[in-house]
Amino acid sequence: MSPEKLVRMANQIATFFASQPGTDQAERVAAHLKDFWGPEMRSELKSYVAAGHGGDVDELVVRALPLI
Amino acid sequence: MRDFVIPTDDRDMGTPAKVGAPVTLSIDGIEVTVPEGTSVMRAAAEAGIQVPKLCATDSVEAFGSCRLCVVEIEGRRGTPASCTTPVAEGMVVHTQAEKVKKVRKGVMELYISDHPLDCLTCAANGDCELQDMAGVVGLRDVRYEAPPEAPLANHFAARDTSGEANPEWLPKDTSNPYFTYDPSKCIVCSRCVRACEEVQGTFALTIEGRGFDSRVSAGGPGDDFLSSDCVSCGACVQACPTATLQEKSVIELGTPTRSVVTTCAYCGVGCSFKAELNGDELVRMVPYKHGKANRGHSCVKGRFAWGYANHAERILNPMIRETIDEPWREVSWEEALSFAAGRLKRIQERHGRKSVGVITSSRCTNEETYLVQKLTRAVFGNNNTDTCARVCHSPTGYGLGQTFGTSAGTQDFDSVMAADVVVVIGANPTDGHPVFASRLKKRLREGAKLIVIDPRRIDLVKSAHVEAAHHLPLRPGTNVAVVTALAHVIVTEKLYDEAFIRDRCDWDEFEEYAEFVSDLRHSPEMTEMQTGVPAEELRAAARLYATGGNGAIYYGLGVTEHSQGSTTVMGIANLAMLTGNIGRDGVGVNPLRGQNNVQGSCDMGSFPHELPGYRHVKNADVRAIFENAWGVEIDPEPGLRIPNMLDAAVAGQFKGLYCQGEDILQSDPDTKHVAAGLAAMECVIVHDLFLNETANYAHVFLPGSTFLEKDGTFTNAERRINRVRKVMAPRNGYADWEITQMLARAMGADWHYTHPAQIMEEIAATTPSFAGVTYDLLEDVGSVQWPCNEATPEGSPIMHVDGFVRGKGRLMITEYVATDERTGPRFPLLLTTGRILSQYNVGAQTRRTANTVWHQEDVLEVHPHDAELRGIKEGDWVRLASRSGETALRATLTDRVSPGVVYTTFHHPGTQANVITTDYSDWATNCPEYKVTAVQVSLSNGPTDWQKDYAAQAERARRVLPAAE
Repeated sequence: MSPEKLVRMANQIATFFASQPGTDQAERVAAHLKDFWGPEMRSELKSYVAAGHGGDVDELVVRALPLI
Repeated sequence: MRDFVIPTDDRDMGTPAKVGAPVTLSIDGIEVTVPEGTSVMRAAAEAGIQVPKLCATDSVEAFGSCRLCVVEIEGRRGTPASCTTPVAEGMVVHTQAEKVKKVRKGVMELYISDHPLDCLTCAANGDCELQDMAGVVGLRDVRYEAPPEAPLANHFAARDTSGEANPEWLPKDTSNPYFTYDPSKCIVCSRCVRACEEVQGTFALTIEGRGFDSRVSAGGPGDDFLSSDCVSCGACVQACPTATLQEKSVIELGTPTRSVVTTCAYCGVGCSFKAELNGDELVRMVPYKHGKANRGHSCVKGRFAWGYANHAERILNPMIRETIDEPWREVSWEEALSFAAGRLKRIQERHGRKSVGVITSSRCTNEETYLVQKLTRAVFGNNNTDTCARVCHSPTGYGLGQTFGTSAGTQDFDSVMAADVVVVIGANPTDGHPVFASRLKKRLREGAKLIVIDPRRIDLVKSAHVEAAHHLPLRPGTNVAVVTALAHVIVTEKLYDEAFIRDRCDWDEFEEYAEFVSDLRHSPEMTEMQTGVPAEELRAAARLYATGGNGAIYYGLGVTEHSQGSTTVMGIANLAMLTGNIGRDGVGVNPLRGQNNVQGSCDMGSFPHELPGYRHVKNADVRAIFENAWGVEIDPEPGLRIPNMLDAAVAGQFKGLYCQGEDILQSDPDTKHVAAGLAAMECVIVHDLFLNETANYAHVFLPGSTFLEKDGTFTNAERRINRVRKVMAPRNGYADWEITQMLARAMGADWHYTHPAQIMEEIAATTPSFAGVTYDLLEDVGSVQWPCNEATPEGSPIMHVDGFVRGKGRLMITEYVATDERTGPRFPLLLTTGRILSQYNVGAQTRRTANTVWHQEDVLEVHPHDAELRGIKEGDWVRLASRSGETALRATLTDRVSPGVVYTTFHHPGTQANVITTDYSDWATNCPEYKVTAVQVSLSNGPTDWQKDYAAQAERARRVLPAAE
């Protein structure tokens, strides 16, 4: 799947949870990705970030990825 | 005599039912107790006595014009009309006194003296109240003759015997494609005029002239039924006691002799209809007065647009082809199914278990949908199931799930009659949900206030006897800003319901929320620049909703189909919780569902992350229920959603799709991307009535059955589970649930359902909210609203009555985030899309009916200011381009849209509005952002090259080889 699209979708999710109160935003992003994304989509995003393409990825997503 | 398959008490009670204290009276010696305010006529009907009548019918208020229903009441003078006389305690009524019998006979004699006596060849023969009443009053003779000097003093003879034309005679108006108006048979009872006003709320009809010159008239001078405001709902035809307003199908086919009660397969209102037939030939569909969703009303689609079932383009035999550039080859069911199963198995062997999936249909029944998701979960061994709700109401599922705890409208449709303030957001009920709109308009005429939040000036904003108190014409894409600003006003002006919030929500969460919305950046004055909504108007609307009594919110796809669709749904739920407008009659949050079974298809576990009943696949206890029932192991990970399937297909990871009753190529956004995804697959199985656009890319076509040809249930927008009953045998040979079962068996599954009732038993056994649902129960009570279980054996009209499904209601922070789809120099306008009354979604059904008379092509609504800048005139061909693609269509100039906004429908494949829409989607659910696309509009000469290529490709893809000898 196109990594740009995955990044855009993940960033959209992060934008929502960043606006939510509390200190568990990264956990909530991780939970959302686990609940609604198939495992292949998650691992593609992980590999993309792991390969050093993290520049355009929201910081909250980066923090969430190790939790999934 | 009629032979009804479903025996029902369909008697016309004469006047509408009333609510009030009990009143007891005596009618012809029978004691009867009825609510105060009831007419003597209705009381008599309750006692089993039918007082003769012509102008009264129980769908409209009494009128008292025909004088046929006169009765004698002891102690009262004269002969009062029983329809307009309310009952009184101790009243003694005689319906067959000598005096009234004489009056009635005289009245009937006058009526018949101006009526053609062609009963035997009349279309209403056997179904004519005038004929019945002449019989009941014992009319044996008509003494009146026209005077010798005026032999044509009647309305029914076109010419006299010498050939002289009769100036009083008017020809039949056959302009409406579905019914005729024959003035020569009219008795001027006004039932049609009153039905148009009271039931439909369109006010298209009137009585013009006085006395002998009185005529039913549609529209203004020079209008006929087609050119008038008539929306062809059929209420007038239903109300007409004679053949004056008559269905053309009855004229052609004859009076029906049997009927079956079933549920309409168009929008999410889910109207109940009586399908009336002779043998297995459908003659007409008549709204069923005991249907709890529609209460005897209908719209042009359900009432009349069913001819597609017999359309010449309907495919009745299975077809296959090796590749999509080959013509189709008709084959036996066995060959088609073994070809499909063979391909799917081969794909799974080569590319893995998860390389195939299914799309369930919101047009199919609960039982069929349940089987399709079961096919992928239990037979394919993955969770790759999704449904058309992905592209419409998936944000409702997420948003209401987060805030209230379950994805469902909170009310029944009757609830609107108790609302004081109705907020309509991103919905156009008069076009999309017309039967609900009629109820709403009725309530508005009774005095309820209306707030419309929509970029367009939809009909509800101002139409006959209805005017919105506030219309907030927001810029497309700014829903969250508007909804949050409404909450800002409610919180900062302390208009919230503190007792409700303390009782039903979490107070700490409220305080956090209150702090968030109170921030100045959410004030209407600050958001005005983004939203285009005048601050004062927004403040006034917020005050009205919070303080105007029962506040009810109805919303549609203008809310969900955005990058922030889910956030807006949460914002709407917030408004209801803040103001305590939840958990009783007249209030609530009500998603208006697009298709007949959107609610049901979601309930049935069509989404890739949840099993039936909205339970996540990650939960081992839930999986265990289905693993035990199905004898398989269920994947604990969510599967692919439709957009993910297409992305994965383009990437070469997803290869096979079974698509039931959905046309993703036409309905899903970014057509070119959808086409690329489909073209990349090795086995696309389309299961549909027609060779739809998606079928251009299919390898297997399985012909489907219409809603008239199968048993099952639909669940409408109010969670109402209603029976779909088989009216005739499937022309394609099998009901859709049987076809899915045959495919599962070809894949090796051991399924052996013999009736959909057994599928419902399995649903009830596995899904708590359906635990009490059985076909027997539905036969007994007609319909139930889920949850239907031990606690609520007859269903739940209103949800969250004593507490939210999730416990405490949850107020969610709703920060506005502008969509990435922005206007700029290249694409300076915003396109938003919607649908109209006469066509339905991709139009596969309605385009194959006479409804095309009202809408033959999609047109682009452009504000005159934007049009002038571009030199565009009414009816010009224009090119509509976005960064995704371009198409061409005709323009119409209207100030219904604001400057900077253009609007079109997506009913016609020739236009393919979705070539324009982008792949942006809701953050939580991937619901596409159909409602906001940055576009440019310019003059053009006609269809684009892309449209021509597309049409040519579609034509090639639809070739069918002649059947082998």
